[in-house]
Amino acid sequence: MRGGRRDVRGAIFRLALLASLGIAFVTLGALLVDVASKGFEFLDPFFFTHPPSTDPHQAGARPAILATLYLGVLLLLFTVPVGVGTAIYLEEYADKNRWYNRLLEVNIQNLAAVPSIVYGILGLAFIVRGLGLGRVVLAGALILTLLVLPTVIIAAREAIRAVPDSIRQAAFALGATRWQVISRQVLPAAIPGIATGSILALSRGIGETAPLIMIGALTYIAFDPTLLGPFSALPVQIYNWTSQPQEDFLKLAATGIIVLLGMLLTLNALAIWLRNRYQRQW
Amino acid sequence: MSTAELSAPALRASRRRYGEDVIKGLLALCALVSVATTVGIVVALLFPAIEFFREVSIVDFSTGKTWAPLFEPAQFGVLPLLAGTLVVTFWACLVAIPFGLGAAIYLSEYARPRTRAFLKPLLELLAGIPTVVFGYFALTFVTQLLRDIGIQIDIFNALSAGLVMGVMLMPTVASLSEDAMVAVPRELRDGAYALGSRKLQVSTRIVVPAAISGIVASFVLAISRAVGETMIVLIAAGQQPNLTFDPRRAMETMTAFIGATGNGDVPTGSIEYKTIFAVGLTLFVMTLVMNLFAIRLVRRFREVYE
Repeated sequence: MRGGRRDVRGAIFRLALLASLGIAFVTLGALLVDVASKGFEFLDPFFFTHPPSTDPHQAGARPAILATLYLGVLLLLFTVPVGVGTAIYLEEYADKNRWYNRLLEVNIQNLAAVPSIVYGILGLAFIVRGLGLGRVVLAGALILTLLVLPTVIIAAREAIRAVPDSIRQAAFALGATRWQVISRQVLPAAIPGIATGSILALSRGIGETAPLIMIGALTYIAFDPTLLGPFSALPVQIYNWTSQPQEDFLKLAATGIIVLLGMLLTLNALAIWLRNRYQRQW
Repeated sequence: MSTAELSAPALRASRRRYGEDVIKGLLALCALVSVATTVGIVVALLFPAIEFFREVSIVDFSTGKTWAPLFEPAQFGVLPLLAGTLVVTFWACLVAIPFGLGAAIYLSEYARPRTRAFLKPLLELLAGIPTVVFGYFALTFVTQLLRDIGIQIDIFNALSAGLVMGVMLMPTVASLSEDAMVAVPRELRDGAYALGSRKLQVSTRIVVPAAISGIVASFVLAISRAVGETMIVLIAAGQQPNLTFDPRRAMETMTAFIGATGNGDVPTGSIEYKTIFAVGLTLFVMTLVMNLFAIRLVRRFREVYE
């Protein structure tokens, strides 16, 4: 339904709203073009096969890229079981009228919003120095695990909640125990949602820099990382290059960003594909 | 949950299944990891911070105007770090709050379903970019751009860090606000249209007020994330604790101080080491208060409409 005269204020308002979105997309575009144009020069196989160096033309990011891959694999191994376990407990077992279960929920929501650098402090105090693990890949993976765990839990809960109750009731009616209902009916139906959420959490985890800096990942590493050895992940390597004064190191940082964004985009695309391919409407 | 009551309490299993109890225990153990994390954070921060406040009075810490932990004599006034955090947060919110809300109104009230299905993943893409990349962008692109248009800024400055952080936080504000607006029942809009309202009026006088608790929650969460964000300020805002509100100057935020001190080889137990925890505790308490407030607000809008 239109008014008799043209709605000038409405048109201006609509334009302002579009401009808001425009700012986000223009920035995104500028960022991608800027990084691509600066990082293109050093983007060659050499970058993937050589360690960093004081000479920008001899520098690569092989140890950092490998460390990021290790971190990613460990992160999935640690977060998915614990995250899904917590989600199952909260959705299928916990009595929401109990104060401790409500506290658990608020606690997880708060943890999702705790600054990542605070997780770095936790890692510095307990995992690196308290457990005496040292500044190693495993310590980094444990910190990132705690950091992304709330994200995985929240995603897994939503996936489990989306499975209709009628399926559970049908299984119970056939004499299934609670765990049989969960493991054979609820979880299989929730797997696409859980997988999507886990992949998105993974991509958040491997892009993190601040907590890794706190546990001393900001070091010069010339050899391939091991599980219990010192390391420098790709985002940390990017930060390292960004803080060098020479122009060429800034270009290397841009190359690192292209590789990192490439990894994250692949993960995101995978998550979106999984969501579209397997998502069911009940 | 509801299934438990429905599966007829009279029909008990003939024998107790201990396997089921073990599984429930294991799952509860998983849930305890989150509790342990929070307890760990509090313990990790609190004890070194208490030791710190034995050496430095809490009054000097919270009112001192000079932050120079590595100087002789060392001074531990947190105000410069607090000012840095506030200035960057202010500029970030100046971008994130109005434009994030604008984007949310457009997505919820104006966009056609297909436009929306195209725009939302793009916003998610922006949300998925690592903060170190935004820091690089602020330092190498935005600072240069601001200089080119004639703003006299230092190489490291709070302004470009804040502006870039604002864009980074837009998706946070937009998606949570949009969730709240989408949850507003259609009847409210239809009622307003029936009384002759235009879309502008329906959006601003019906939908936004009805969704206000969710919208405010998104603002609070954005502020909390701005206060806690580290990499952008560490890279682009500099590491000089200046007590100033001029965004064109270099500043150090609380998070940047923690990051810069934490990556060095500070000996365990030294006063420099303990400052990390004192500043970290301040940061944790500030964000905790905001997060709890936001969580409560979100719960309220969920209760009203869902």
